[in-house]
Amino acid sequence: MTTPLTPRSAYPELRQDDIDREVAELGRAPTTGPHPDRDYPPYRSSVLRHPKQPLIPIRDPEAVELTGPVFGVTDVTEIDSDLTRHHIGEPIGERITITGRVVDRDGRPVRGQLIEIWQANAAGRYAHQLDQHPAPLDPNFTGYGRCITDDEGRYHFTTIKPGPYPWRNHLNAWRPSHIHFSLFGTAFTQRLVTQMYFPGDPLLPYDPIFNSVRDEKARQRLIATYDHDLSRPEVSLGYRWDIVLDGPSATYMEQGR
Amino acid sequence: MSVEEPTPSQTVGPFYGYALPFPGGGDVAPAGHPDTITIHGYVLDGAGQPIPDALLEFWQAAPDGRRTGAPGSMRRDPVTGAVIGRNGVDFTGFGRVPTDPDGRYVLRTLPPGAVGASAPYVAVCVFARGLLHHLFTRIYLPDNAEANAADPVLSSLPPARRATLIATAERDRVYRFDIRLQGDEREETVFFAFH
Repeated sequence: MTTPLTPRSAYPELRQDDIDREVAELGRAPTTGPHPDRDYPPYRSSVLRHPKQPLIPIRDPEAVELTGPVFGVTDVTEIDSDLTRHHIGEPIGERITITGRVVDRDGRPVRGQLIEIWQANAAGRYAHQLDQHPAPLDPNFTGYGRCITDDEGRYHFTTIKPGPYPWRNHLNAWRPSHIHFSLFGTAFTQRLVTQMYFPGDPLLPYDPIFNSVRDEKARQRLIATYDHDLSRPEVSLGYRWDIVLDGPSATYMEQGR
Repeated sequence: MSVEEPTPSQTVGPFYGYALPFPGGGDVAPAGHPDTITIHGYVLDGAGQPIPDALLEFWQAAPDGRRTGAPGSMRRDPVTGAVIGRNGVDFTGFGRVPTDPDGRYVLRTLPPGAVGASAPYVAVCVFARGLLHHLFTRIYLPDNAEANAADPVLSSLPPARRATLIATAERDRVYRFDIRLQGDEREETVFFAFH
């Protein structure tokens, strides 16, 4: 039995054309840096969830935030980075690997730090009660993983390519395929939660979250590269995605290992 | 000098709940520690409504001012892969708490120690659906009135703004600290940009 997909939106009067127009208008304004504007109306949920008062600058070399939490071998297990091995059976979908390097904005590798990912399954459904759109759950796929970066700042995940899914920002709104990434640097100020997208996804131009990064070059840095040398014959397709953490840190020191 | 262009932030979205929170995420104080304090409150939007899908992270100095932290916040069972929680001895300095359906969070920790010229504080990083780039704030405690008065950040702020950073004592060792993402200068919590 299938449930008919009723086109519901939190803003039912809003159409993709309206969002596209807003995105285009904001895209013409001067950019303010690599990160999204917190006040970005095309993403309707941001309207009441961004500060209106100016942020207070801090330039204190002893700020606690210039150091950060540490993680170690007790915080991850061996198979955490292979999301296809968390259940008895094989998940459905296109098996992929994602690898890359995490560095700070001075180019120094981020060593021994925690990366967490989460994502929808191949059908675009999250293993989350609040995701009730009529796509199947996969009993062999939950969709979260972790790893600790190595001495060069490298990470590696094996997973399934997530499907696109509908959401209710506006009528007929679809998120492009993406994997959520959470990263720690050597400082709390370097904390990053972001989303990795796939090259050539036709939904990217329509997505207000992706386009909230108004700087074109910065936006392209959210898209992984397909790397044929990383593909494994008859097993998986390989993607590369390098990550640069923003934010100051205390004098570089060995932490977390 | 920066040589690398940063990877942009994106919202944490609504579906992080099965990936990021972990049991005992708000229990930063070692089990049964007599100095444990409780900090709780609500995360609120620009209409004053609670935000049920925010995620708060906390990072702080140990009571003696050490900022080295310790691994083991998310200790896992190597056999089953289950999260077994902190070992109850080490102070990791790190906490992570999703807001509940009421928009509320609770943190049990040890009082932060002072570092440098600052009054003691707990650093907070706020994530939420609808928030495209996380926000940093700080929780200062009302008990440290003298240190708070001398704190370079607090003293640089007008009184109405300063007040948003200081928790309210409710009873012994229990404090209330709400985080309002948007509002007028009395309502909206002070957020920071680090340079």
